[in-house]
Amino acid sequence: MSKGSFEVKVGLAEMLKGGVIMDVTNLEHAQIAESTGACAVMALERIPADIRSDGGIARMSDPQMIKEIQKSVSIPVMAKCRIGHFAEAQVLETLEIDFIDESEVLTPADEHNHIWKHDFKVPFVCGCRDLGEALRRIAEGAAMIRTKGEAGSGNIVEAVRHMRTVMGQIKRLTILGQDELVTEAKVIGAPLSLVQQVAKLGKLPVPNFAAGGIATPADASLMMQLGAESVFVGSGIFKSDDPEARAKSIVEATTHYKDADRVAAASTGLKKAMKGLEMSEIPEEERLQERGW
Amino acid sequence: MNRIGILELQGDFALHHRIFEEMGIGSVSVKLPRHLDGIEGLVIPGGESTTMSLLMDSFNLREPILSFATNYPVMGTCAGLILMATKVHDSRVVPLGLLDISVDRNAYGRQIMSSTEPAQFHFGEESFTLPATLIRAPKIIEVGKNVRVLGKCGEEPLIVLSGHFLGLSFHPEIDGISIFHEILFDSQSKYFWTILNQVHAA
Repeated sequence: MSKGSFEVKVGLAEMLKGGVIMDVTNLEHAQIAESTGACAVMALERIPADIRSDGGIARMSDPQMIKEIQKSVSIPVMAKCRIGHFAEAQVLETLEIDFIDESEVLTPADEHNHIWKHDFKVPFVCGCRDLGEALRRIAEGAAMIRTKGEAGSGNIVEAVRHMRTVMGQIKRLTILGQDELVTEAKVIGAPLSLVQQVAKLGKLPVPNFAAGGIATPADASLMMQLGAESVFVGSGIFKSDDPEARAKSIVEATTHYKDADRVAAASTGLKKAMKGLEMSEIPEEERLQERGW
Repeated sequence: MNRIGILELQGDFALHHRIFEEMGIGSVSVKLPRHLDGIEGLVIPGGESTTMSLLMDSFNLREPILSFATNYPVMGTCAGLILMATKVHDSRVVPLGLLDISVDRNAYGRQIMSSTEPAQFHFGEESFTLPATLIRAPKIIEVGKNVRVLGKCGEEPLIVLSGHFLGLSFHPEIDGISIFHEILFDSQSKYFWTILNQVHAA
């Protein structure tokens, strides 16, 4: 009778491994995602590339739109709430969303605190740039961690930076002594108990996915080879010239991420990828990854 | 058995590898037809059945798995159970038809209804209670006459055995329970499928 236990939350994250979670903004996109092999969809009103270009405040999606997508697909439906906006999260839980992304892509509601996610029966995923941030989110109750990358940029460089940082910091923990772990916990700003757990496991205690800038099958393969257990693709699919073919090819490349022949076959004959942004074109104050504490 | 394959198209395959590691049985990943060579059994893990059904066709795995299954044991958990059924009440999934059952996908509801429940199991003369973790789980609706129900939660059948095919609507791999893997893949176990089939037939 244990609904909403932490094990049951992490259980769904385990089911999503080795797959692709796609951002969708309407029924048609949701059905394309499901029919091309997405293991879940993220329902949102604007994909990150449009949030970036439109400006203004980005909020939780309209419940009506979320409900329509829930009705049209059988795979898990995720949705985003603003950082610290626990009332939006309560609404998403009432809508029986399968996973809540407390996301830096939306405009933060609280500049000091994230949501205390243990209060919810529905699991949460949160973004991170380094191990300390990942462990703070897990301490708050996140059942899945993803890299932040730089959403809506179509540029993989930040996701790589964040995954390399997290994996490197995990490796470091495995060789430190107990006394050094105490200091490391202080330095990275994470609870000692979680630092000790990661040092013992050699990995995060919850699934570790990649997000933020994935636009090609090779990008998906790169992130999986760097240690991601699944990938989120936001703007990369529906900002490309051939969403359906690209979605399918990213799914295939994710399954066969170590098989370069298969990744090459999946990459062949695709139309143009999303244009993307060089990081120097995004002023620091407009970088979504800086949101979150 | 020394080498069991785990279908790694998408899903919780890593948890099944961990169970085999604890049992001292080697396990390998199956992503393409040639990966079926040299293995002595197959596990279809939990995950999304639509994704797995689609990728099974993209990588031409359907026929090779069916011909493999005529000679070797196959086990499925959750999405794996759905793919092993003869009938799925959802046209988005094309099942393999190894187990004569019909199933409803996500029959308990969305993730908020996912839970761990105490379930009752009957292996021949023995009965015991174990936790069953159900994640957006399917329900077994109809059971063919050659299919044996080995466990239930209330009135819901959770686990079915037919010859050398075993299907579970829950995830023993999440709770680190290996007894169900023993049924199909450990010939030294007192619960090995050949023994259970004899006892239940008697």
